[in-house]
Amino acid sequence: MEFYGTALASRLFLGTAQYPSPKVLCEAIEVSGTEVITVSLRRETSEGVGTGFWHMLRQTGARILPNTAGCHTVQEAVTTAQMAREVFETDWIKLEVIGHADSLQPDVFALVEAARILSEDGFKVFPYTTEDLVVGEHLLQAGCEVLMPWGAPIGSGQGLRNPDGLRAMRAHFPNTPLVVDAGIGRPSDAAAAMELGLDAVLLNTAVAKAGDPVGMARAMAQAVTAGQTGYAADPMPRRDMAVPSTPVLGLAELI
Amino acid sequence: MIKIAGAGLAGLTTAYELLQRGAEVTLFDSGSGPGSTSVARYAGGMLAPFCEGESAEEEVITLGSRASEWWAKITAVHRRGTLVVAPPRDRAELTRFARRTRGHQLLTHAEIAELEPALSGRFATGLFFKEEAHLDPRRALRDLAQVITDMGGQIVYGHPAPKRVDLNCTGMAAGLPGLRPVRGEMVILRCPEIDLRRTLRLLHPRIPLYLVPRDDHHVMIGATMIESSSTRAPTLRSVHELLSAAFALHPAFGEASLVELGAGLRPAFADNLPRLIEQDGVLHLNGLYRHGFLLAPEMARRAAAKLMPQPANIFAKERNG
Repeated sequence: MEFYGTALASRLFLGTAQYPSPKVLCEAIEVSGTEVITVSLRRETSEGVGTGFWHMLRQTGARILPNTAGCHTVQEAVTTAQMAREVFETDWIKLEVIGHADSLQPDVFALVEAARILSEDGFKVFPYTTEDLVVGEHLLQAGCEVLMPWGAPIGSGQGLRNPDGLRAMRAHFPNTPLVVDAGIGRPSDAAAAMELGLDAVLLNTAVAKAGDPVGMARAMAQAVTAGQTGYAADPMPRRDMAVPSTPVLGLAELI
Repeated sequence: MIKIAGAGLAGLTTAYELLQRGAEVTLFDSGSGPGSTSVARYAGGMLAPFCEGESAEEEVITLGSRASEWWAKITAVHRRGTLVVAPPRDRAELTRFARRTRGHQLLTHAEIAELEPALSGRFATGLFFKEEAHLDPRRALRDLAQVITDMGGQIVYGHPAPKRVDLNCTGMAAGLPGLRPVRGEMVILRCPEIDLRRTLRLLHPRIPLYLVPRDDHHVMIGATMIESSSTRAPTLRSVHELLSAAFALHPAFGEASLVELGAGLRPAFADNLPRLIEQDGVLHLNGLYRHGFLLAPEMARRAAAKLMPQPANIFAKERNG
């Protein structure tokens, strides 16, 4: 599965906010082997993008996926994306249009509209959306080639609130790269997302706010690999009843 | 004669340590008076090593352990501890904070009411860091400058430092490799309705929010942390978050007057720890980040020890004189 024509060995995307220090962040990026890091662009950022922090992020060698975090309208998101393209010299954009301040749920109507404008402008849009299939179709029609459904509200660490919805999404969009974005709290959540057949996991707080962010980054990378390998290995079906794992036929006759 | 560029927190504390050792010291500062251009003006003035330990390296606790003792010689230090509370929906944050820090005790709502009557009935539990303290940063800078002058040190304001100095303490202006600015925004309120006695921290998922009481019913609320070199005035979004925190703590803050909004750039290295660096024959003390008042005394002691390897010998001085 390629993301806008780019093959990625690591299927863990890492956010760069809220770490105890840039040093810890860079170590977390390194041990996780992540190839894509998201950065949040705000007006303050664009004024000071030549400063040490951004230099450090560039030096990690990871591909930068700027986001439009905190944008609530189409216009805000489009302007932020255009600013990000200039500042970070990339046409990749993680598109967030927030509809609800408390749940940070995407405003899917504005999202589709912003995705259309940005795609026409040549952006490669990674939209933060819900697991709604119809919205997903509209996003593809708008020009998106990747979908990023939420696992749970941003920063909540609840894991996958609707695994059936994500499974349906996989079935409905078999050839579109799907990235679970937001809500991952523990390595088992990341593994579960990959076991559903999704293509990547994007997370931030789960690592940044862990007691040992570097240790958690390693664990998340391992979980993503485990889930991905497990899905590819075609897990056995669930059964209601026990099935002995040792052969019953040909048991030793003890008399 | 030891020449220091920058009479902010790092420069002043080191000057004091040098004067203690018998040196002659001159500080040069581009500002108009004590701390007028120093980012420390916008500091909270918390001497809170244990709370900072939540997200900082262990070294911050070690370096800061004797800060309140040091400052008490210079200025008024309020040793009343820190009270940490969380809004009902963020109670899990309190458990996490407790797990990652030490030096605290868990308080019941009655114990909170005893410490801070104004908060009576507002929070079911809280954490109390008894050993922590706070001071008023601007007053501390003024008092320290005064002590230095009284000890015979010279502070030259409104004057660029000479080309050749022994110690550079000019923060971001030093342009050291690896040094980055972390923008912080703060608010000062005046609220006669509420009487707070100690630093309060309100656990918040995005911003480490704190309220520090100052004289005459003033309260300082800080502070954002943004990776940016922008020095523009605080944004509405940031101020909104800071003020909401005060309001969440007590609705009576709704009637407070907004006295000041401020923004400054904290100089920081990649690990957010301060450094003593020698570059082109000049010693630099920099990178105090958001731990200025906490870490400056110990870093100053180390800087002074580097600049004057032997403690001043009174007899030697007399002989020379």
